[in-house]
Order: sequence, then C-alpha cells, then structure tokens
Amino acid sequence: MSKKLYNEPSPLETRILSKRFGLENSELLATYVAHDGFKAFRKAREMKPEEIIEEVKTSALRGRGGAGFPTGLKWSFVPRSSPKPKYIVINADESEPGTCKDRLLMEYDPHQMIEGILIAGLALDAHKGYLYIRGEYRYLIDHMDRAIAEAYAQGYLGKNILGTGFDFDLYTHSGAGAYECGEETALLDSLEGKRGIPRMKPPFPAVAGAWASPTLLNNVETFSAIPAIIRDGGAAFAALGTPKNGGTRLLCVSGHVNKPGVYEVPLGYPMMKFIQDIAGGIPGGKKLKAVIPGGSSCPILKADECDIPMDYDSLAKIGSMLGSGGMVVMDETTDMVKVALRIMRFYAHESCGWCIPCREGTTWLKKILQRFDDGGGRAEDVGLLGELSKNMLGRTFCALGDAAAMPTISIVEKFAEDFEKRLAKDRQMVAV
Amino acid sequence: MPDIVNLTINGQAIQAEKGTLLIEVARQNGIEIPAFCYYEGLTLQAACRMCLVEVEKTPKLQVGCTLPVADGMVVHTESEIVRKARKGTLEFLLTNHPLDCPVCDKGGECELQDMVFRYGAGESRFTERKQHVDEQQWSPVVYFDAPRCILCYRCVRVCNEGMGVGALGVSNRGVISEIVPNRHDYLECDECGACIDICPVGALTSGSYRYQTRPWEMEHVGTICTHCGDGCRTTLGVRDDKIMRGNNRDSSGINGEFLCVKGRYAFDFVEHPERLQSPMLRNAQGEFEPISWSKAFTTIAETFTAVKARGGKFGVIGSNHTTNEENYFLQKFARQGLGTKNIDHHRTGDLATFFDALSGKNAALATAGDLYTAKAVLVVGADLAQQHPFLSYQARANFRHHNAHIYAVTSGPVREDNQAVASVRVEAGGELVGVESLRDKLKAEGDLVIVFGDSIQGDGVRKLVAFGDSLGIPVKYVCLVDYSNSRGAFDMGLIPRDGGMSVEQMLAAKDLDVLWVVGANPLKNAALGSSHAFVVVQDLFMTETAKRADLVLPAASAYEKNGTVTNVCGEVQKLKQAVKVMGTKTDLEIMGSIAKEMKLNLGIWLPDKVFAEIRKTVHGYDVPLPVVDTGGAAPTMPLNGRVPALPGAIQSAGDTLFTSGSMSRYSKILNAVIESPGGLYRR
Repeated sequence: MSKKLYNEPSPLETRILSKRFGLENSELLATYVAHDGFKAFRKAREMKPEEIIEEVKTSALRGRGGAGFPTGLKWSFVPRSSPKPKYIVINADESEPGTCKDRLLMEYDPHQMIEGILIAGLALDAHKGYLYIRGEYRYLIDHMDRAIAEAYAQGYLGKNILGTGFDFDLYTHSGAGAYECGEETALLDSLEGKRGIPRMKPPFPAVAGAWASPTLLNNVETFSAIPAIIRDGGAAFAALGTPKNGGTRLLCVSGHVNKPGVYEVPLGYPMMKFIQDIAGGIPGGKKLKAVIPGGSSCPILKADECDIPMDYDSLAKIGSMLGSGGMVVMDETTDMVKVALRIMRFYAHESCGWCIPCREGTTWLKKILQRFDDGGGRAEDVGLLGELSKNMLGRTFCALGDAAAMPTISIVEKFAEDFEKRLAKDRQMVAV
Repeated sequence: MPDIVNLTINGQAIQAEKGTLLIEVARQNGIEIPAFCYYEGLTLQAACRMCLVEVEKTPKLQVGCTLPVADGMVVHTESEIVRKARKGTLEFLLTNHPLDCPVCDKGGECELQDMVFRYGAGESRFTERKQHVDEQQWSPVVYFDAPRCILCYRCVRVCNEGMGVGALGVSNRGVISEIVPNRHDYLECDECGACIDICPVGALTSGSYRYQTRPWEMEHVGTICTHCGDGCRTTLGVRDDKIMRGNNRDSSGINGEFLCVKGRYAFDFVEHPERLQSPMLRNAQGEFEPISWSKAFTTIAETFTAVKARGGKFGVIGSNHTTNEENYFLQKFARQGLGTKNIDHHRTGDLATFFDALSGKNAALATAGDLYTAKAVLVVGADLAQQHPFLSYQARANFRHHNAHIYAVTSGPVREDNQAVASVRVEAGGELVGVESLRDKLKAEGDLVIVFGDSIQGDGVRKLVAFGDSLGIPVKYVCLVDYSNSRGAFDMGLIPRDGGMSVEQMLAAKDLDVLWVVGANPLKNAALGSSHAFVVVQDLFMTETAKRADLVLPAASAYEKNGTVTNVCGEVQKLKQAVKVMGTKTDLEIMGSIAKEMKLNLGIWLPDKVFAEIRKTVHGYDVPLPVVDTGGAAPTMPLNGRVPALPGAIQSAGDTLFTSGSMSRYSKILNAVIESPGGLYRR
C-alpha cells in the first residue's frame, strides 16, 4: 500500500531521515531493506559498544524531543556494566502543540526507527525496548504492532537477530492522553502502570529509569537518525548542520503559510528562508507578525527576530528554543491575546497537578486570559499575567510550568500593544 | 565515621553529615525552611515548592527538601528572592482554597494559616471563580473537603507507607486533581485517622470531632490508650469535662504520631449513656436498686469480713485495663486482707513460661523501640496489624527506613507479608516447625526481635527461646498480651501462684462464697458454678458478669484516673486523668474504701504512694521516676529467676482493629466503622 504524503516535499529539503517518505510501501520492511535498511545495524554489530557511542557523539546529534541534549553523551551515561537489565524507551508521546513529525517517521518508515533502537541496544547491552506512543495516536499503535510483527517474522527482532546472537524485544505501550507523559520520568511512571507524574531527579533514568533499572530514553526522531549516523559516519551527519548541532531535523510548520507540512532541513537553516521558500510564504501577501519556533512552549519571536539560523544555540541566544520542531507562523491579523489564551488553555488542561505553582498558576493564568478575551480585561491584568508567569518560571517540579510560563511572558512583553488594544476596545464598548 | 561537610546557611557556619537533606540540617540548626509536602519519615515529594531556597552558584532556586547538603554550599533561606517565591507559592495555594477559616476545624492549628500569616501577602489578587467540589463523607471517621486540599500528598503517603494500607490515591489531573478513597466514594481501611491528623489543612476532618470545638478551647491531656497492649500515648483534647478528640500530634510517647482507630477515636465509651453511675444492690425481688457508696462499702465489708471469719472461699478476678497500682492493691487486698491465693485475671499470653524461659537473660525483652531498630523481626502466630497495630507500624517503619528483614510465620496472610523477606504459612499449632524452617536465614541476621502470640504457650515458649538461643545472634522477644495493662496485671501478681485457683477454677467451684470481679467480664461466655456466692463487680458497664452480681460498683475508666500501666513490651507509662464521670470512683479508691471499712491496713491508696511501694517490692519495677513522671516509657526487667507454671487457660481474646473486649461494644465509632476483611486470629 502506498501512503499518500501529507504534504509535497520541497526540493530545498535535505532528506536523510525522510528519504524513504513517499516510496511505494515505504512502511514495509522489504522497502526499508531495499533502501539501505539494516546496513547500519550490521556495521554496528562489528563495532565495539564504545565505538558506537563515540560515533553518535561525533555526529553532534541532539535530542529531538525538545530539550536538545547531546545524544551520544546521554548514551554514555547508561552504565553498560550494570548487573540490572537495561531498557530502551522510545518517547513517541508526541504532544507538543505544533509538532507532528514523529508520527510521520513511524507511519512512513517504522523500520528506520527500529534499526536505530537495535543499534542503541547493541551500544548499551539492552535487550528490551518499550515504544511509548501517545494515546491519541491509536492508529499508530496498530501500525507499529504490524511493523514490529513483521520485524519479528523476518528475524530483525527477537532472538538471535540476523544470526548475530543479539536478542532484542520491542513492545508498544499506549499513553492515555497526558501531555505530561512526554516528560521522560512521567512517561516511565506511566509505562510502569502508575499515574503519570514526573519523578525526582536524581537519579536520572540512565541510572534508575524503568523498573529502577538503567534506561535510555530518546525521541522517535533521535532513534530514526541513528542508522544514517552509523551507516555514513558521525562526521558526515555532523557536517550537515552547524557545529554542535549535527545533521538534519524534521520541522513541522503550521499556521499562516501557503505550504504547511513537515520538511527536513539541516540544523542552522535560515528561518526566514524556510518560511518563505519551503513553507511557501504567508498567504495573501500579509506581513509576518510572530513565530513560535519549536512548539508552543518556546518563547515567541517577533517578526524582526526571525532572521536567524535555526539551530539550538542561535535560538537560545535570542531567548527561545528550537524545541521539538513545531513551528507556528502567525501573520499580522493574529490577535496575541487569543494566542496566549489558546496556549494557556492547553497547559492548564495538561498540568499534571503534582506541584502547586504549575497546577494553580496555569489555571489562574487561563482564567485571567479567558476573562480578558471575553471583554473583562483590566489594566492591571497585563502586569499580573507576566508576574504570575514569572512566579511559575523555574519553580515547578518539571519543565511543564516553564513551558507554560515562557510563551506567556514573551507574549505579554513583546505584544503588550495587543492587550492595550483590547482594553481600549472594551472601554469603547462601555462608553457606547 | 560519617562524612562531615561545612556549609553556610544565612551566614551561619554549619557542619552536617554529608548527604543530609538541607531542610533537616536547617531545622537542626534552628532555621526554618517552610514546607507542606515534606514530612519526616515519609517519602520525598518536592511538590509544594514552599521550601525553595537560594543556593549560591546555582542558576535557579533549589528545593530544600530534596537537596543533600554538600561541602562549601552557601544557602540563603530568607533572601528577597526566596521570600518572594514563598509569597508567590502561597498566593497560588490560596487561589482555590476556600478561606473558610472561621468554620474550618483546622482554624488555629492550620499550617496553611500559619504560613500565610508568616510569609503570605496581605491581599488577594485572585478575582476569578474558585474551583468548587462538594464535601464528601468517606467513612464514619473520615470526611473530605476537596477545595481545602492543597495536594501535599501527606495523607496518601501516611496511609500507604506508614499504615501499609494504601487506601488513598489521586484522581484527575491539574487543578481538578483530587485525593480519592480506595472504594471510589468510600473508604475501606484501618480507619486510623492518620490521614486526618497529618493533613496540614482542614481538607480531611474527623467525623467525631468536626464542628465541635476550636482547638484553643481544649486542654490537652497526654495519657495512655486503654485498649490494646501496645501502650500508645494519646493526647486527649478535653473541653468542659468532655473528651473532644484524641491524637498525638506532639509525638510524645513511644508511638510518635501513630495511633490506630482505638487510640484516636474509641474514647467515646466514656460518655456512653449506659455507663454505671451509682452503686447498685440486688434487692429481695432480685432487682438492682441504687444505693449510696457508704452503704455499698459497709455491705461489702461486712460480707467479706464474715466470710473471712468463717474461713469461706474467696475468688478474686482482676483486670487487664486497671492500673498497676490498682492491680497491686487488689492482689495485696486478696492475699493480705482476705487471706486468699485465689486471684487471677484473663491471661492472654504465656508470660509465666516466657519469664521462666528467659530467666537470667537480662537483655532479652524487646521494647517497642527495638522493633524499629532491629535488623530483623520475626512475627510468629500473630496478626499484628489487627491486634497490635503499633508494633506492626514499628516493624513496617523499620523496613521502610532501615530495610529491616521481616519474617512472618502465621496460619494465613498478614500485612507483614508485604514487607517480609520470607512468609511461612503453617497450620495452627505448626508455628514452631515454620520457625525452624527459617533457621538459616535468621542465623545470618545481625540481631532479631521475635514477636509471638498465644499460639506459642508452655513448652512452645521454651522451644522458641531455645531456638532463639541457638541462632548465635542477639535475640529479643515480645510475648504478646492483649490489653492496655495485661502485662501489668501479670507483673503485679494477679495470678494464681502458690496453689491459688485460676479463673476457670473459681467459676467452676460450687463452694465459692465470694467472687470479687474488678474490671473483667469472666461470665461473658460462662456460668458461675456456685449458686450462693456473693458477687461484687466493679465495672464501667452492666456486663454479663455485672448482671450476675449482688452488688455492682461504678468504676472510672483509664481516662478518668491517674496511675501507671505496663505495655506489651514491659514499658511502664503514666496515665493522666482527662475527665471525671459523675458517680464513679476509681477502682483504687473503691478498694481502699473497702479496706478502710474492713479496718485492714493495706497502706495509703493514692496512686503515687502505691507506685512507690511497687517500685520497692515488685521485681524489675524499680524504674527511674523522672522518666515515668515526664511521660516517658520505662522498661521493666521482671526476669527474676524461675517462675512456676500456673493453672488455668491462656487465650487471647482475638480482638481485631475494631474490637476491644467488652469496651468496644460501648464505642459508637468502633460500632460504626465497617469491619474490613482480615483478623486472622479473630475469635
């Protein structure tokens, strides 16, 4: 069965992870094997574990889930010699608003990710993997179960994989609809059958993760990048991007663009060029107002801040993040009060409730924004929004509180005039 | 030697053991880092974010309750940024808190109230609608008012970790997160109320205390629970001669904050309408009629004197609940005053053989504290969680805090199984075989406390002690006995030694002339053999035994008197009178008055005077007075050589968590709670 692509690829893309997207039966193992599949695994089999990890370090691959932690370094934290079983957990709880790349990697090319997982298994002496898929991706669980069954049937999973003597079992596990479970330790709790609440760190999952055993957690895209790195060498992958920001990544662009979709570009690709040339520019010739660069938790950028290369460090320099690659483009007609409300509704709904500042803060902010949007805004609200957000920032148990605070602070500070305009309008209504 | 690190808190140079939590180090040095979710002894949460502090060279505020101290750490707990953060957190907390302090039970002793007073803002910036949920009743004991809840999860943890019950959890998420009971809309649990006491706010309130009083209107009287033998201190809140509540929030006593449903709530028998409040004499028609105390005393004195003069047969049965002083005075009365050896009480554990087997081994009696510190604990033939909830709690806490090895040899599942490294299931009577099967494991332990129930008796006790001796490790023992002063009753000599008659023999004897029962109910399931015996009963209620009496005297309960009691581990503690019930007298006063009426010289019948005599004459009871007087528990050492075997049966009453002999029938709370499954040795 040929999968129709959600969006036409752009000739400006650098397709490494997505190179099989659009092929006839791209999700089948046979297609994968016919197009470089499992070459990397065979190569990794001949390598020493530390060589595999070194190769990943050389690639300058950084976690694609959002935090951008150097992947090779993360792998090196897992104590290979631990007498406990080691687990690999694949974070497919893709829930960051604006982000929709992991689903494509699983849908179009599941075996690429499986190969990446197996290589990690070799590197860490792990023999079990859990693919934690967000509950809303119900169809993907069936899809991945089929892919996994196919891999078992053809000897790519299970005992003695490809005659190498290496065993690996991979299981799918469904989330239940909590954004919080994308946080790695909350995911582990959920995986273990508990309420999805983040854990205290340390210990970090590398030391005590799933069932208190050493655990490697990476994002779907991170694992999907591994085969190319091992196959073509870490240096080649690194060279695609900028220093310390190796390779390509899948960017999901939505909002006011002519060609929304998922595109693979090298790290460091210019943001404006991406919006104009790959995403097709803004419809109706309208002007750019703002960009959420990497998912709703990233501080928002004003139009004049967007002329930058898209890599982790450049975005950090201007106080935002590359995040999970969920770019939302907003034109001049966008009402930032509504944007702030939409974002805060999400976080208030998704706050797990574990710690006070996030639980109470997100709801309070949502209520203020809702009232503001309903026409009940007060002059002091604008300051209050910023202040309450700052009372959450850096003080919550996990990063969800920060994720809710950061965009709000940036919106209130950078787009105060939108709030002023609303207040003026409200006053007018009262005057009439 | 532990690693010592140097750190600075608020400019104060401090030394602490490496790895200790910052919040603890600060507290030990008199610096408060406020917190809601942090609770000593329970797992860490880092959820409330009240304990955020500034640590130099770290990018953001750090959580004091999970941060281990390290060398060179420079901490500020009162800097501007910290104060601001606390204020912010409290402001968040108050957004959905109803602020119904004027009607809230917790008002005056609410941690949130205190924190807001100290660190909070003067005015509220929250003008939105609050989240509201209706109040729920989860059990006769536990009520839950969700809006007041600040989600510190103390209740969840104390139930799961402390009690080993796990009846509370969390449902929903975000701002509608809510504590929920295990049966969805009601609780099936120990009903211990630990969740209520540990709640920093008024979210969990007690069915018996709510809306009754303000905390500052009460006097707080620390005394010892009168139910099981564990000897927990319960602090009774008293207002206008009425007990309003029981708790032990000040952690005084061997039990810290622990109390079970009986210690916390089952004081209500005190004001039961059926309490006897006047002496009663059976008249010619065979009906009870109230008489004056003086008539009661003369009647008894005359009868006792006459029977004694003609060499008649006395039988005296004492109590498991009366004080050491009363028990001592009673046996003295019997032996010296009446000249009889026929004195006994309901014996619930084979202390005689136990003491005999341990004769000369001075360090062999375990205290309640030993159960928390021993490397290993072996429970034999007992369901501790039901019959000795505090001992069960101690072993569990030992497991949680020190990874103690718990072993259980029982005839069915017990709560200790959840912590046990080995649980052995045996047929009743096969306990010693089960114990033997653990020999190799136990030999490898550093030290051991063996706790055994009434299934180990006579030769069994000797075999068990021989087994302990053969392990080659230090072994201590607890011989379980049922009630608040079962141990004291034995130690004071309410036993048929030197050829006296046991309870069974007294009841069966057709020629018994006087049966004097003080605080016991031997006729509950038995008939009195002697049809002519003059029966005197001192009790709180018209028990089966009192109904057979010729003369009934209304006695005061343990909560209405002073004196000492000895717990199951042999620790002596002081009772303190909390209330007075009109018309009653303490058993000591009753006995003293009878002695006076009979012109017997048995000494002054004031608790302190009698206790002074006990300290002089009862072996092992020469305990340090300051310890007892200041509310401490003083271990006794009654291992004084051979103890001859006694006639009569030894049988635990097999109470469960929600029963307590005759007394529990008169506790509204104990009758109201749902009896949960369990009670392996229930009879």
